[in-house]
Amino acid sequence: MTLTTALALGQTALKLGLICSLTVLALFLSYSMLNVCDLSTDGCFTLGAAVGAAVAICGHPFLSIFAAMLAGACSGFVTAFLQTKLGVESLLAGIIVNTGLYSINIAVMGGSSLLNMNKTTTVFSMMKEALSSTPFAAQTELIIGLIAVICVVAFLVFFLKTRLGLAIRATGNNADMVKSSSINPVFTTIVGLCIANSFTALSGCLLAQSQKSVDINIGQGMVTIALASLLIGGTVMGRGGILKRAVGMVLGAVIFRLVYTIALRFNMPAFMLKLVSSIIVVLAISGPYLKSQWPQIRRRLTHKKGGI
Amino acid sequence: MLKLNHISKTFNPGTVNEKVAVKDLSLHLKKGDFATIIGSNGAGKSTLFNAICGDFLTDSGSVVLDGVDITFQPQHVRAKSIGRLYQDPMRGSAPGMSIEENLALAAGSGGWLSHISKADKERFREQLALLDIGLENRMSQPVGLLSGGQRQALTLLMSTMDPPKLLLLDEHTAALDPATAEKVLNMTKRIVEENHLTCLMITHNMHSALELGNRTLMMDSGNIVLDISGKEREGLTVDGLLEKFNAGAGKELDNDRILLSKKK
Repeated sequence: MTLTTALALGQTALKLGLICSLTVLALFLSYSMLNVCDLSTDGCFTLGAAVGAAVAICGHPFLSIFAAMLAGACSGFVTAFLQTKLGVESLLAGIIVNTGLYSINIAVMGGSSLLNMNKTTTVFSMMKEALSSTPFAAQTELIIGLIAVICVVAFLVFFLKTRLGLAIRATGNNADMVKSSSINPVFTTIVGLCIANSFTALSGCLLAQSQKSVDINIGQGMVTIALASLLIGGTVMGRGGILKRAVGMVLGAVIFRLVYTIALRFNMPAFMLKLVSSIIVVLAISGPYLKSQWPQIRRRLTHKKGGI
Repeated sequence: MLKLNHISKTFNPGTVNEKVAVKDLSLHLKKGDFATIIGSNGAGKSTLFNAICGDFLTDSGSVVLDGVDITFQPQHVRAKSIGRLYQDPMRGSAPGMSIEENLALAAGSGGWLSHISKADKERFREQLALLDIGLENRMSQPVGLLSGGQRQALTLLMSTMDPPKLLLLDEHTAALDPATAEKVLNMTKRIVEENHLTCLMITHNMHSALELGNRTLMMDSGNIVLDISGKEREGLTVDGLLEKFNAGAGKELDNDRILLSKKK
């Protein structure tokens, strides 16, 4: 592999990693902070992509981003409402919303399962035009991804230290404590999931616009991929403050994409992505568990061999 | 301050598991009253606290706190005026958050988007220093690193920083070792006295039940069978209290932990 191909690989991984890290940051809020495994992530990602594309095609490139985020927040609200007010199990609420979103996404895309944005003005095409005379023209996606990531990380660092942010963290950290304090867990869960899902939708919107197309399956398996990135990021960065952990999430997303891109380079077929992400999640979750079980397993083995 | 009017609560009504936890219980606490509660197993002591805090709605009767009828108020709204400590020291604070973040949540000042200010930190530091267990130098450490006694002391501070109208202590020293338990109990005494808190404390220790506060309640089968205060309480010994209980409840006290605590 020459240096140029390596650089090109790194760039693709960085570009995709940055855009997808927004979903990882969303899970950082819902999964790590609020302790809710939000299985509506896949559908919400596609929703963001579909709404973003539909609005951009109508000729509103900037509005498309906010419309996508608003749509994501609405989807998060429904998921949260189901689990806090209507007595639906948290995991089930996510699955139900995810299923429902499939129909909504096709409806948003005008009944088709594919939208093309080849001639649509998006933030990416606008940025490319603005940078056309500079050497950064080829890095548009990187720059926009970076801006979005910095904004979201900055928001999270600010937000999670406010009183509301602390309340959301406490809701996920000690439900008993929240119950007997003056925090309303219904309110914190709703706010947390709305914000998290708006980031997921933003992530989908940006990915679709950078690829210039949306397909109904764009978000499939996103929750596992994001979870894999989240666990990698957590391992890489270890314990620390919110900023350090959030940066870890972005790093995790980029590392995941990098490994995947390299694997593709070694002739791994593209359809293996989902399997690889599933295996990473299993390893990351069961690794520490098996490690804690190891002394017992070893004792059993020595016992079988006739030892003590 | 607190008025319970004929409250009742039955769990699993109409099933084989039906359990009458609290039955037609009335209680009137004056402002500044510090009442200790002892009673046999399953007498309804914790259920009484749950009813006051709104963990569930009572089947009948009303709960009035400081002139406000809170019978149907949601739990988190009541929690603004009620502080509560559980027996399990892990229940009262968030282990993944730092000491100052826990305190900031409990302090409840400022808007939803406000950050912890320098003044807040200074106030937390002063309050922590009063506990005299060195927590004031560990404010940015996660609460999960603290021992049970330290966490219970922190929870005590958290629930009394904005003095609540009512403080409920549910055997909050029972899970601690004797030396730590005494330390936390002394803190409790000091904080309750300084803030003139109205307080209900469940205990299994007959000595504390008589020593602490100005009133002792004994519960059995979901009701208060004995309510002593003033002169009657002053000269009372543990044996005297047991005799009174037997007379009031019409049976022997069956709480092993209480009986074991008879000899100090």
